[in-house]
Amino acid sequence: MMIFIWLAQLICTPIASLLFVGVIKKIKARLQNRQGASIWQPYRDIWKLLHKDEVISRDASWIFRFAPIIIFAVTVVVGASIPLFSSWLSNNLTSDILIIVYALAISTFFLALAGMDAGSAFGGFGSSREMTVSALAEGGFIFSLLTIALVSGTTNLFVIANVGIAAQSQSFLPTILAFGGFFIVLLAETARFPFDNPSTHLELTMIHEAMILEHSGKKLALLEWAAANKLFIFAALGANLFFPWGIAASASLAAIGIGLIVLFAKILVFCFIIAVIESSMAKFRFFRLPDLLVISFILNVVAISLIS
Amino acid sequence: MIELFASSFGFGILLTLFVVGAIGSLLLRKSDSWANFWSSFFAIAGSIWGLVLGTLLIVIGRDLSFTTGMAAWPLLSLTVHIDRLAAFFIVVISLITLICSVYGIGYIKHFYNQYSLGSLGLFYHLFIAGMILVVSAANGIFFLIVWEIMSIASYFLVVYDRHDENNVKAGFLYLVMTHVGTAFIIFSFLLLYQHTGSFDFANWQASSLLIPMSIKNVVFVLAMIGFGTKAGLIPFHVWLPSAHPAAPSHVSALMSGVMIKTGIYMMIRIFLDLLQPIPTWWGLAVLIIGSISALLGVLYALTEHDIKRLLAYHSIENIGIILLGLGSALTFASLNMPTLALLGLVAALFHTLNHATFKSLLFLSAGAVINQTHSRNMEEYGGLIKYMPLTAFCFLIGSMAISALPPFNGFFSEWLTFQALFSGIAGFNFYAKWIFMFAAGSLAFTGGLALACFVKAFGVTFLARPRSTEVTHAKEVSFSLRLGMILLAVLSLLFGIFSGYLTFWLEKIGTNIGAFYQIKSIVSVPSNQGIISVGNWSSVSAPAFFALLISALILVWFIVRFIINKNQKVTTGATWDCGTDLTPRMEITATGFARSITLIFQGILKPSIQHEVEYHDSMSRFLPKSRTIVLSIQDVYQTYLYRPLQTGITALSLRVKGIQSGNVNAYISYILITLMILLFFVL
Repeated sequence: MMIFIWLAQLICTPIASLLFVGVIKKIKARLQNRQGASIWQPYRDIWKLLHKDEVISRDASWIFRFAPIIIFAVTVVVGASIPLFSSWLSNNLTSDILIIVYALAISTFFLALAGMDAGSAFGGFGSSREMTVSALAEGGFIFSLLTIALVSGTTNLFVIANVGIAAQSQSFLPTILAFGGFFIVLLAETARFPFDNPSTHLELTMIHEAMILEHSGKKLALLEWAAANKLFIFAALGANLFFPWGIAASASLAAIGIGLIVLFAKILVFCFIIAVIESSMAKFRFFRLPDLLVISFILNVVAISLIS
Repeated sequence: MIELFASSFGFGILLTLFVVGAIGSLLLRKSDSWANFWSSFFAIAGSIWGLVLGTLLIVIGRDLSFTTGMAAWPLLSLTVHIDRLAAFFIVVISLITLICSVYGIGYIKHFYNQYSLGSLGLFYHLFIAGMILVVSAANGIFFLIVWEIMSIASYFLVVYDRHDENNVKAGFLYLVMTHVGTAFIIFSFLLLYQHTGSFDFANWQASSLLIPMSIKNVVFVLAMIGFGTKAGLIPFHVWLPSAHPAAPSHVSALMSGVMIKTGIYMMIRIFLDLLQPIPTWWGLAVLIIGSISALLGVLYALTEHDIKRLLAYHSIENIGIILLGLGSALTFASLNMPTLALLGLVAALFHTLNHATFKSLLFLSAGAVINQTHSRNMEEYGGLIKYMPLTAFCFLIGSMAISALPPFNGFFSEWLTFQALFSGIAGFNFYAKWIFMFAAGSLAFTGGLALACFVKAFGVTFLARPRSTEVTHAKEVSFSLRLGMILLAVLSLLFGIFSGYLTFWLEKIGTNIGAFYQIKSIVSVPSNQGIISVGNWSSVSAPAFFALLISALILVWFIVRFIINKNQKVTTGATWDCGTDLTPRMEITATGFARSITLIFQGILKPSIQHEVEYHDSMSRFLPKSRTIVLSIQDVYQTYLYRPLQTGITALSLRVKGIQSGNVNAYISYILITLMILLFFVL
């Protein structure tokens, strides 16, 4: 039984993640009065890409070839280490807030290196922009998780999700402020508006797309999939740490089922917010982004100082 | 066995090995290869001896303490006291020396017939012996003597490549700065002498309670400046980015990885051991200084395109991180929270060890690159991963370790540092909370910026296409260089995976310090040492993360490679070039990569742009011939601190010159007046 639940925890992220990319695209299409592709389209895209042949630049090295695997594996590991549908699973080995932050940094590191590896001008500036944004997002990311850890009295994500509601009802304001900071980081790290435009290949604006421009076939599939995983991870963190309602607190199948449904419902809300943001506002100028990231940091500083 | 190593005899042998190495290589200076052999042999033998000695002292937990020399004249006696803390630093010094010496065998071959290998061996051995004695000395005077031996020997190593004028200049700056630092140290020691009547560290500790608090505060400031200069704290760091690159690479590794840590060692020794109890503001001041050093160090590193200067700035950053651990230890100790103080100290010690390994690794791999390309300018590299795959791999490991990516060692010491800072945020309710918050915030941003910096350093150096013809002639370096790098890369991984065991021993080292006797540990769980944990607050397991990551990697690779579409065709093509010919000039440069961060932090970094356009028709200015843009970073310390200081001193000297009339009668009257004033004071 336990094995099956852990297995479910392990494969939940890579299996479910693509769905939410499809959902966001669908909502955006509806908001633009289009029919839009099916929400299952990302699965078909990944499947198609996995079966395509590849072209690799002659300037590229093994970093270019292995980076997609490393990036994808990291998102799988992180996805397995965070609370998804149940908080009673305990993991005191890899569920610390800092190891999650720095494990995700591994994927950023290799993504940026892969972007530079082919030696195209696009990849280089994409990496430069990505590292600028992620360097400045780090403070807000760590501090938002720290706020919620201080509220809950532990840095273990599963325990935070477990004691969450009881602890948060006492310090409601810090939790909400920290969530505000976290949401800005979510947009930055998952390459969403107003930081990056996931649906453009315009050299003036692209960040994430610029880095993966040279990848094709299986490698592109893995990178796209990893990006979807990352979105899912951030949404799940936001849902389970800041609003831990409905998460399974016992090992019964019913509780786990409810946990899964509630998780998906909460992530759908995140998707809706992201889609609305992307449909209703313009991307920020690059040098305005630090302001936003500093706001995220300041929000968390205020939140921590409010914790009694 | 134990008696052989862990005794005054063993320590004597250790020093003898280095002295024999020094003198022998000087005598063999006529033959480069013999001098190299002799010097490397004794350096390796000595460092192995030191490694065994230090490890034994830590494991059996015995203090080694003896005094030799003229008992009648205590000033010239050689007083050595090695407790676990000193033994730990001996282990770090010996470990890095061992590997750097292995690397050196091959590396210094390119100095043959150019410089004297004999003098290199002489100063190299004196330098190492000096460092080992610095951490073993237990008497102020003896300490200052060996401190000078270490500083002067390292000065000669910095100017070893003396045909380059910049190196000589860097060496001079280093010499001046290190002596300014020493002057402050002498002041602080004299103050302590005045109030305790002795230069013995043991007496300082014994009569610590008798020293007035105001004097202790002055000693703190003086020692902070003195040892901070050696450690490279901002704003006393100016010598570091120019001196470390100037030295031969394996010496740079030693200077950056180990020598600057002797400053940290003395801070721990004096503040945490000798002068207890201490006021709270010391710890908070160390935290603020550490945060600023960490953040500014990494920002300056980002703007560099000289690979060794970049690494040197990262040393400043990492010393800052070590100080964050030390600062929280001091704060907690002063507030009588010894358990948390021990956590901070363990974090500081662990980061000392880790920084020594990955920084030496980075310096050695940078040295290998410089050896092949004959340039320190990153803009002339590019694509080296194809010519020097192993060096690239080692540099990658070092980059990941220094950027605190798990499962490498840098992550786990930063993790502990974060935990110490988090405990401060959670535990305090007054302004100290804000200082801890500032420190944690600066550590968080430092981590992110360091990651960006090493993406830049690795990407520009090793990836994409070669930017100069030198690169295309590069070959993988010789065996001894590779061995040195591989050893350090393996250590970086092992120290990460076995961080649970290491923290267990680091705690033992910490509890050896007076303030922490009999403290219940909260860092490690002895029964289950794969985990590092801080009470019930947080825990992390390096082996578990490593195993999980590796199995995920293998699984994903296997599935993608052999299960899905295994008959996939992979063709090699050109990078998409938008229809033009792709040249190396279209790749992103080191300067370009960091430019956006530089602009975001322009309030601190003060970047400047100079445009110059040359025209064919200089009157009407329609047809430009060439355009140049110079991007540079203003050296604010030079402009606002050192330049005014220099002008001030010069102006003062000019004033003072007024009393030198050249008239003997005037001088005699000065002597008379001085005598009368002195007599007045005495009587």
